Amino acid sequence: MKKFSWLSAILLASMPTIALAAGSIDGGSKQATNWSAIGMFVGFVGLTLVITYWAAKRTASAADFYSAGGGITGFQNGLAIAGDYMSAASFLGISGLVYTSGYDGLIYSVGWLVGWPIVTFLIAEQLRNLGKFTFADVTSFRLGQTEIRILAACGSLVTVAFYLIAQMVGAGKLIQLLFGLDYWIAVVLVGGLMMIYVTFGGMKATTWVQIIKAVLLLSGATFMAAAVLYKYGFSPEALFAKATEVHPKKLAIMEPGSLISNPLSAVSLGLALMFGTAGLPHILMRFFTVKDAQAARKSVFYATGFIGYFYILTFIIGFGAITLVSTDAMFLDGSILEKTKSGIAAIKGGSNMAAIHLANAVGGNLFLGFISAVAFATILAVVSGLALAGASSISHDLYAMVIKGGNANEQDEIRVSKIATLVLGVLAIFLGIVFENQNVAFMVGLAFAIAASCNFPVLVMSIFWRGLTTRGAVIGGFLGLASAVLGVVLSPAVWEATLGFAKGSAPIKLDNPALFSMALAFAGIWLVSILDRSKRAAADRDGFDAQYVRSQTGIGAASATAH
Amino acid sequence: MSNLAKIERDPNYQELVRRRSSLGWMLSGVMLVIYFGFILLVAYAPKFLGIPLGSGVTTIGIPIGLSVIVLAFVLTGIYVRQANSSYDVLIRKVVEENRP
Repeated sequence: MKKFSWLSAILLASMPTIALAAGSIDGGSKQATNWSAIGMFVGFVGLTLVITYWAAKRTASAADFYSAGGGITGFQNGLAIAGDYMSAASFLGISGLVYTSGYDGLIYSVGWLVGWPIVTFLIAEQLRNLGKFTFADVTSFRLGQTEIRILAACGSLVTVAFYLIAQMVGAGKLIQLLFGLDYWIAVVLVGGLMMIYVTFGGMKATTWVQIIKAVLLLSGATFMAAAVLYKYGFSPEALFAKATEVHPKKLAIMEPGSLISNPLSAVSLGLALMFGTAGLPHILMRFFTVKDAQAARKSVFYATGFIGYFYILTFIIGFGAITLVSTDAMFLDGSILEKTKSGIAAIKGGSNMAAIHLANAVGGNLFLGFISAVAFATILAVVSGLALAGASSISHDLYAMVIKGGNANEQDEIRVSKIATLVLGVLAIFLGIVFENQNVAFMVGLAFAIAASCNFPVLVMSIFWRGLTTRGAVIGGFLGLASAVLGVVLSPAVWEATLGFAKGSAPIKLDNPALFSMALAFAGIWLVSILDRSKRAAADRDGFDAQYVRSQTGIGAASATAH
Repeated sequence: MSNLAKIERDPNYQELVRRRSSLGWMLSGVMLVIYFGFILLVAYAPKFLGIPLGSGVTTIGIPIGLSVIVLAFVLTGIYVRQANSSYDVLIRKVVEENRP
C-alpha cells in the first residue's frame, strides 16, 4: 500500500492556504483498470484530435494561433472560460471538502467565483479594446515596451509554471487512481496531448477542447446533483437532515468549521482569490478570441453563470456523497473503518474521491466511467489553456516585441510559439515527475497570489490611472511578484510543512501573502510613479488620453482577424 | 490628434464614460462589501451562520452563502444589461460622429 500524500495535494490545490486537512487523507489504492472509463476517455481524445486536425488546417496567421482569429462567439467563449477555469481540483477538491467538512466547502466555492464580477466591471471590455493577443499588449499600450513586456512575461510565466506543476502532479495522481495507469505514463499522456492540441491547433483547438469539457462537466455534475436531490424528494432540508445524521461531526457541518480560524488569513486568501482571477494570463487571453468588447462582456456574464451554477452543484454533490458514499461499505476501506468508526475518514482513495464514488452510487459503473473521463478531460482543457498562455508570453511578448522590437516575421513568431509550447510541455512532464512526492498544495495559492500581486495591479493601474509610469509599473510589479513568492516561502504551508522547519517557526503567519504583497505592489506603483520625473514618465502620462478613449469606445481596436 | 480632442468633447462620449465608470466602480464596491462581509462573518461570527432556520437542520449560513454566489451573477447581469441597452448605443453614436 502506497502512501498518497498527493491526495491532500489535490484537495489543497483547491484551497490554497489550509494545510490541516492533509493528515486526514491516507491509504488510497490504485484502482483496477476501469475499461468503461478508458473507453469513454479514448472517445473524448479521438474527438478532440479530430477537432485539432480541423483547427490545424484553419490556423495560418498569428491571430488564428493566439486568438482563434477572433471568431469565437460570446456564448462559446463563456463556455470556454468556464472550461478553462473549472479545474479537476475545484470539482473533486471542493466536493471532497464538503464531504469532510460540510459548510467550509461553500466558503471556498464563493471565493473562487467572486473575482468574475470584478473582471466584468473593470477588465473585460477595456482589455478587448486595447489588446490583441496577450494582456501585456494592454499594460504596454502607452508604457515602455521592453520593460513592461519583460515584467508581464515574468508575471505570466511564473503564474503559469506554478499552476501547471500543481495541475500535472494532480493529474498524474488522479489518473493513476481512476484508470489504473502508472503515474509517469499519466503525466506523459497529459503533457503529450497538451502539446498536440496547442502546437497543431493553437487557440482554436484549445477553445473547443475547453468548450466540450465544460459541457461534459456541467452535464455530468447536473445529473449527479439531480440524482441526489431526487433521492430526497428534491428537498435540500431532507438531504441535510440525513447528512447531519450520518456525519460524525453532526450539526457542525452546517456551519463554518475549523478551516478558517484567523481573520487576517481569511481576508488575505479572499483578496488572492478575488483579484487573482482577474490576473490569470490564460483567462485574460480568452477575451481576445471574441470579435469585440460587447462579445467579451457577454462572455464573462455567461462564464459567471456557468461557474456559479457549477459550484452550487459541487455543494449538493458533496452532501450527496456524505449520505450515499460514507454509508456504503462498497466505497469504504474496511481497516480504516474499523479503526476510526467513521465512514467519512474511511473513504477509499481519500476525500477527493467523494464525487467519483458518488457517480458510481447514483449511476453505476458506466456513469463512473463517464465522470472519470470527464475528470481527465478537465485536466487536459486546463493545462492546454495554461500552455498556450505561457507560449504566447514567450513568443509574442519576449520574442516578437522585445527581441525583435515589434518587427518579427509572423511565421517566425508562430514557429517560436510552437517551439515554446513543446519546451513548456517537456518541462511540465519533467517537473510533474520530479514533484511526484512533493507537497504541491501551496502552488495554486501561489499562482493566484502572484496574479493578484503582479499582473492585476499593473493591469488595472495602466487602464485607469493616468499617473502610472513605466518605472512605477516595473518597480511596483516586481515588488508584488517578489513579495508574493517570499511570503509563500516564509508561510507555515511551505516553511513548516514542505521545508520541515519546526511548527510555529514560520516567520509569516499568513498562509496566503496577498494582503501585504498586493498592498506593496499598489503602494510601490503609486509612489514610484508620482516621484518619477523622467522624460519617459512624461510620455507615459501623455499617452493616457488616447488609450482611455480607445478603451472606452473601441475606436482603433484590433479586429483580431488579420485576413 | 485633433480627432481625439473632438471625441473627448463629445457629450455622448462624456455621458458614456461617466455612466460606465460610476456603475462599474459602484458594482465593484458592492461586490467587495458583499464578499468581505461574508468572509468577516465566517471569521468572526461562525455561530451566527450556524443558527437553524425554523425547526429543521438547514442553517441561515446556507442561504447566505448561496446568495453570495447568486448575487455575483446578478450584479454581472445588471452591468451587462445596462451596457447592452445604453452604453452600446452611446458608443455607436460616438464612433459614427467622429469618423476621421
